[in-house]
Amino acid sequence: MTQRDIGGPAQPLLRVEKLLKHFPTKGGLGKRRVVRAVDGIDFVVRKGETLGVVGESGCGKSTTARLLMQLIQQDSGELVFDAMAVGGHQLPLREYRRQVQMVFQDSYSSLNPRLTMEQAVAFGPSVHGVSQREALQRARDLLGRVGLEPTRFAGRYAHELSGGQRQRVNIARALAVEPRLVILDEAVSALDKSVEAQVLNLLLDLKASLQLTYVFISHDLHVVRYLSDRIMVMYLGEIVEVGPTQALFSAAQHPYTQALLTSMPSMDPGNRTRVSPLSGDPPSPIDPPPGCRFHTRCPHAEAVCAQAAPQLTTTGDHHYAACLMVQPGAGHSQSPPAGLIYTGASA
Amino acid sequence: MLAYTFRRLLLATPILLGVALVCFMLVHLAPGDPLVSVMPPDASEALREQLVKAYGFDKPLPVQFGLWLWHALHGDLGMSIASGRSVASEVFNAVGYSLRLAVLATVIGFMFGSLFGFVGGYFQGSWLDKLASACSAIGVSVPHYWLGMLMVIVFSSQLGWLPATGGGPMGQSAWAWDWAHLQFMVLPAITLSVIPTGIIARTVRAQVAEILAQEFIVGLRAKGLGEWGLFRHVVKNAAPTAMAVMGLQIGYLMGGSILVETVFAWPGTGLLLNSAIFQRDLPLLQGTIWVLALFFVVLNLLVDILQTLLDPRIKRG
Amino acid sequence: MNLSMLRPAAPAIAPVERSPGYWGEVFNRVCRDPIALAVAAVILALLALAVLGPWAVPGDPFTTSMFKRLKPIGTEGFPLGTDELGRDMLSRLMLGTRLSLFMGITPVVFAFFIGGAIGVVAGYFGGWLNSLIMRTVDVFYAFPSVLLAIAFSGALGAGVNNALISLTLVFVPQVARIAESVTTQVRNRDYIEAARASGAGAFTIIRSQVLGNVLGPIFVFTTGLISVSMILASGLSFLGLGVTPPEPEWGLMLNTLRTAIYTQPWVSALPGAMIFITSISFNVLADRLRAAMAVRS
Repeated sequence: MTQRDIGGPAQPLLRVEKLLKHFPTKGGLGKRRVVRAVDGIDFVVRKGETLGVVGESGCGKSTTARLLMQLIQQDSGELVFDAMAVGGHQLPLREYRRQVQMVFQDSYSSLNPRLTMEQAVAFGPSVHGVSQREALQRARDLLGRVGLEPTRFAGRYAHELSGGQRQRVNIARALAVEPRLVILDEAVSALDKSVEAQVLNLLLDLKASLQLTYVFISHDLHVVRYLSDRIMVMYLGEIVEVGPTQALFSAAQHPYTQALLTSMPSMDPGNRTRVSPLSGDPPSPIDPPPGCRFHTRCPHAEAVCAQAAPQLTTTGDHHYAACLMVQPGAGHSQSPPAGLIYTGASA
Repeated sequence: MLAYTFRRLLLATPILLGVALVCFMLVHLAPGDPLVSVMPPDASEALREQLVKAYGFDKPLPVQFGLWLWHALHGDLGMSIASGRSVASEVFNAVGYSLRLAVLATVIGFMFGSLFGFVGGYFQGSWLDKLASACSAIGVSVPHYWLGMLMVIVFSSQLGWLPATGGGPMGQSAWAWDWAHLQFMVLPAITLSVIPTGIIARTVRAQVAEILAQEFIVGLRAKGLGEWGLFRHVVKNAAPTAMAVMGLQIGYLMGGSILVETVFAWPGTGLLLNSAIFQRDLPLLQGTIWVLALFFVVLNLLVDILQTLLDPRIKRG
Repeated sequence: MNLSMLRPAAPAIAPVERSPGYWGEVFNRVCRDPIALAVAAVILALLALAVLGPWAVPGDPFTTSMFKRLKPIGTEGFPLGTDELGRDMLSRLMLGTRLSLFMGITPVVFAFFIGGAIGVVAGYFGGWLNSLIMRTVDVFYAFPSVLLAIAFSGALGAGVNNALISLTLVFVPQVARIAESVTTQVRNRDYIEAARASGAGAFTIIRSQVLGNVLGPIFVFTTGLISVSMILASGLSFLGLGVTPPEPEWGLMLNTLRTAIYTQPWVSALPGAMIFITSISFNVLADRLRAAMAVRS
């Protein structure tokens, strides 16, 4: 029934171009200031992959998710879904919203307290013209698929379920309109570790059997590593590094990524770091530092870092970083010599 | 603080303008020609022309509103159809009587309301609490005009203790703070006080219950503070809100006392409104309502600003 | 891949275990509350009286008699005495239920729908529409409600319709303010975002996701207004606005009997007692309902 693969396997499922969102701050007259939540980012989501998005809180991960879902309108930039411009005549917003769905962090707040679980899941399909009876049937099938026995759970309300069960319902609700891309915004972050593992495995199963593509947003690097094919690191509204999971974990290029990885609590007790590599909070996204935004916390910062903004530069197979130390001829003492420069590359 | 006061005043301006607009529209809401509505039935042609000229009845509505507001702000609220006197002076006389009554009623209501509220909040769930709750429920749902009639029946007609109606032994010509005058105020003030009693009791009960549940009270108890010392802490913390509610109640009673004033023939704004309705005296109706609404808005503003000034917990930027 | 492949060939909606749901639980709690049941019984009795009206009255509420004026309570044939025109008080009080309840409840029902709709729209859409609506509401809030009712009624003149319009105008802003505040809260929940992500339009979301969560609080607030409305509506008639003679209405009866408080005090106070009973019943019912609904938010 739905229009499926159009551009072929090589065509990215979602292409994000110069996406920018600034929020005006409230308060004082005269000084109009903005929060640079997402400051002109480019990236792609490939068909069938899981793209992990990591970063500290306030780095723009959640704003990116809401922009991808088009819950908020970007100030500028474009989304291209399987070679069709989102919001254009080929792919109106309503149709796009059937192809892309989202699972939120707060499992309780994202379920309507006055609806039964089957009603909650059936809402999406009925919006898209599926008959009430068929929508309810589909809802029960999906509840079963996410591991909730329909006869026990279909008639229940959100407050009667545990956090893990509610999040399963939220996954079922997202899948009910048969999307191709699912955005998981901290979808397992609020769950207990044991429940989290079950839900992660459920997500992997569903992805394989329904041929889904995930954008998985989390602050937990362990979880992101477990689930993702590629990882994108964000800092203060910008992408600082993106690359295949293996490459990123074995050879992180950006000092920020390196710091994030060192700060991961190791599973091996003998291998745990004693000092925190990242000190202090990130600077305010209202007045981000000039040049490289990370230079205020970077151990390798030099004078040039406060002046020149680094570009995403390729450092290996599908691996890009935005740091002057990897950018040829950028003026940092560790910059490679000027030569072939891949700037502005779409990561 | 000054900045907050200024901002609050700025925010009140559109409200004041809206209130004026509603009052202005009252005359135009009335069925029939608004010019006829504001003229005595036997008005001369000269008066007619004078009114048209002053209030622009031949001009578009926004201009009329501007003219009306201009006059009103200069203390000219037009002329009463029934008495032929200026509305402003009639209202000015009556406001004094209403204010006296409202303040006395609020003070009575504050005393009883605080008592009921404290008892209820301190002994939550006990029969005393239930009794106090019942009293405040009665206070807010009794038709006060009927309560006034009961008062007259019991204390004037049956017992003969107090006068039933009027604003003093000599009519409304002069007010004096002596028993001869004050006795006329007793019944209407008590009648009017049941509403603030109920409302203040509910507020105080909720406040006391909330304060007693807070950790610092537990801490004070643990430190061995006696019940009396504890009581002082509760009073100190509950007082600002109770005072604010009391302040607002004066405004409500000023505008809401019309029915009670009618029962007791108390010569305040309520009785004035009653006669304006009875004689279809629209300028009088309009002027009285504008003054009362103005009073209410300004009082709200004052209470809000004072509360911010006195209560260190409220921080407003 | 299509999810329809997962479905069995002949889908049959199987019975499932059902929870009582929010309203079911509220109902259960109210049923266990003796005070709520008692006042609900009083209100039901009053409503029955209002519906049955002319068929239920024992005597003739309209026939006047010069010789039977102002008989005391307990008079032969007139258990509650007679009024200033010699009409049977019991019959008039009973028949008066109809008009009095109608005058008190109708404006609140209107306000529930009009104010509720205005408030939900303001709360859901926000922005300049919200500012426009809520600043207008603020203006009406700047008047004490009694004053506002009397202002409109006084300008429009006496009559049932004018009184209903005035009282509706008094209550619409109050309901709108509550509706706006609860809708604004609900609007920021993730399930509304999720519904938008499903591609649903504003109207569909309001109907199927917002209303179920806001109607409860709006309804309880509105129930609380009936008590005030009863007092105000009868008060208007008491002032000579609202209902006009010879229709029996409690406020009007209280007004015409006012002259008799020295001759037959207890008979003349009877209509007020009816207003009081009705008003406090609705007040207590609204209170218990609020308590029953506040257990779980």
